[in-house]
Amino acid sequence: MIEAFYEIFLSRYNYWMAIILMLIGLYALIAKQNLVKKLIGLNIFQTAIFLFYISFSEVQGGTAPIYLPEGVDALYVNPLPHVLILTAIVVGVSVTAVGLSLIVRIYEEYGVIDEDDLMQVVRGR
Amino acid sequence: MIDHLPPLLIAVPILSALLILLVGWYDRRFCYPISLITILLQFGAAIAILVEVMREGTVRYHLGGWAPPLGIELVIDSFNSYILAVILFLSVATVVYARRSVEKEIDPEKRVSFYVLFQLLVTGLAGMTITGDIFNLYVFLEISSIATYALIASARRPRSYVASFNYLVLGSIAAGFILLGIGNLYVATGTLNMADLAVLLPASYGLATVHTAFLFLLIGFSIKVAFFPLHLWLPDAYTEAPSAVTVLISTVMAKVSVYALFRIVFTVFTTAYVIDTFPVTGFILFIATVAVIAGAILAIAQNDLKRMLAYSSISQIGYIMFALGVANQIALEGGLLHILGHAVMKGCLFMVAGLIIYRMGTSRFSDLKGIAKTMPISCAAFALAGASMIGIPPTIGFASKYYLVLGALEAGQWIYAAVFLLGSLLAAGYIWRFIEIAYFGDHHAEDRRQAPAREGPVSMLVPMVGLALLCLFLGVFVEVVMEAVRPAAMLLLGGA
Repeated sequence: MIEAFYEIFLSRYNYWMAIILMLIGLYALIAKQNLVKKLIGLNIFQTAIFLFYISFSEVQGGTAPIYLPEGVDALYVNPLPHVLILTAIVVGVSVTAVGLSLIVRIYEEYGVIDEDDLMQVVRGR
Repeated sequence: MIDHLPPLLIAVPILSALLILLVGWYDRRFCYPISLITILLQFGAAIAILVEVMREGTVRYHLGGWAPPLGIELVIDSFNSYILAVILFLSVATVVYARRSVEKEIDPEKRVSFYVLFQLLVTGLAGMTITGDIFNLYVFLEISSIATYALIASARRPRSYVASFNYLVLGSIAAGFILLGIGNLYVATGTLNMADLAVLLPASYGLATVHTAFLFLLIGFSIKVAFFPLHLWLPDAYTEAPSAVTVLISTVMAKVSVYALFRIVFTVFTTAYVIDTFPVTGFILFIATVAVIAGAILAIAQNDLKRMLAYSSISQIGYIMFALGVANQIALEGGLLHILGHAVMKGCLFMVAGLIIYRMGTSRFSDLKGIAKTMPISCAAFALAGASMIGIPPTIGFASKYYLVLGALEAGQWIYAAVFLLGSLLAAGYIWRFIEIAYFGDHHAEDRRQAPAREGPVSMLVPMVGLALLCLFLGVFVEVVMEAVRPAAMLLLGGA
């Protein structure tokens, strides 16, 4: 029993954390009324994906993938996912910036940042 | 020179986007010519590449000289050279159309950034089309998506901010799913190159990781193409965006997303996977048929021209996904033909809608009664493209639907073929609605509004009429297009 628990949860807890974070993010995206909170949810969702990438690039006992002089041997973690995620982080930042600026515009125009209120105001016009 | 065309196709336009920004600082009037010239150059390059691919076969380019499994590769084969030519042709038509439309709809101080984003969108889509690396595909997808979010919000109407925000949320979820799918594929195979993935994946077809990756990618791209139950962002985004942007995203962006989905399903996963290992085509076929019907019914229920066309797009995406569901040679030829056909006719229809907004300031049906009297050319173009949308021979819409139905019959899917034809009937319903309003809308009203014909400016009329005539010509000379489509469909099914 405990062994199975260890096998499924504890030995892979980083993936579980990624899944939990992803669900928190999706929940916030769907259930929160406030547009800014929705965007925060989106950020949590993206962070979960980043953590997933970083998790699977880990090699047990591996060190940072730095170029070593000839003859020195070392075990590296896989550097490729790190590079991919660097790109994805930039994308995430840009999306957040666009989203926040849209929220600012919506607030200037309608004076609300709550989704239900917004729908009412938009329909009312 | 021809060897280096693929990377130049992306690098030059990105630099030109920067140039537009710098020059726009100095004088706004230079932005448009630079944008036009760049897109024309891109189109020329796409045609050169298409000719090269049809003559010599697949063109490969290793970026920075790094060989494929390590480096990023640009691959242009018979499938994406065709898509590339189609999307850049429509970009040219749109950018010609855009000038006057932008002058009317975009504030002067925003025009510089409008053209920068326009350029980035076209470049991102071209990049998505030619890349052979799945992560590179994601990056270009995000470049084009972010440009789209901003472009949709660039209209003066405040509602466009809300539409854009909703699209941003759904589009980012889609992109997140795609990223997750790519991650799972990388875990399963250790490579990101599409050709390499296709070789390595069959060994691990049984793994749950691969199934997860496939589902994430399928759902992510389904949101991006607005496949029926995931279409919720589309109507608002298409309706509220400025006319030129609607034309571009409804034709070019939608088609590139479909391309990416086809590429993932058929090149990365191959038909063996989607039919035998993880049988999903039957389900896609079912949903696609539902999409055809539901999109058409929703389109009939609208009372705004642009919104009606937006829902019609959902229905038409169903037709293309239908080809994916049937997954045999003839149906795929029909689907690929419909990618071209739908881009041409929907581009024309949205241009008409944009022109009507340009003149009348609205596209609500109740304000458009008898509009054919004042805008005869536009309404004639609408009728022609609309006939193609319904599938009346000899238009391109007839040819693609003919192949799709033929393919479905060959696969023994009688019921789906029948429902599919019902969808065409419904298309006649919504197209006819506008025709009736435009031509016969005020038969009992007074004749005092006998205003002289007031069409839009020539630069908007020419691309619109050109696309309308193209619906007809492509239908008549469909064999010429089939020359390009047939090898592409064969390639997708894993043949030569």
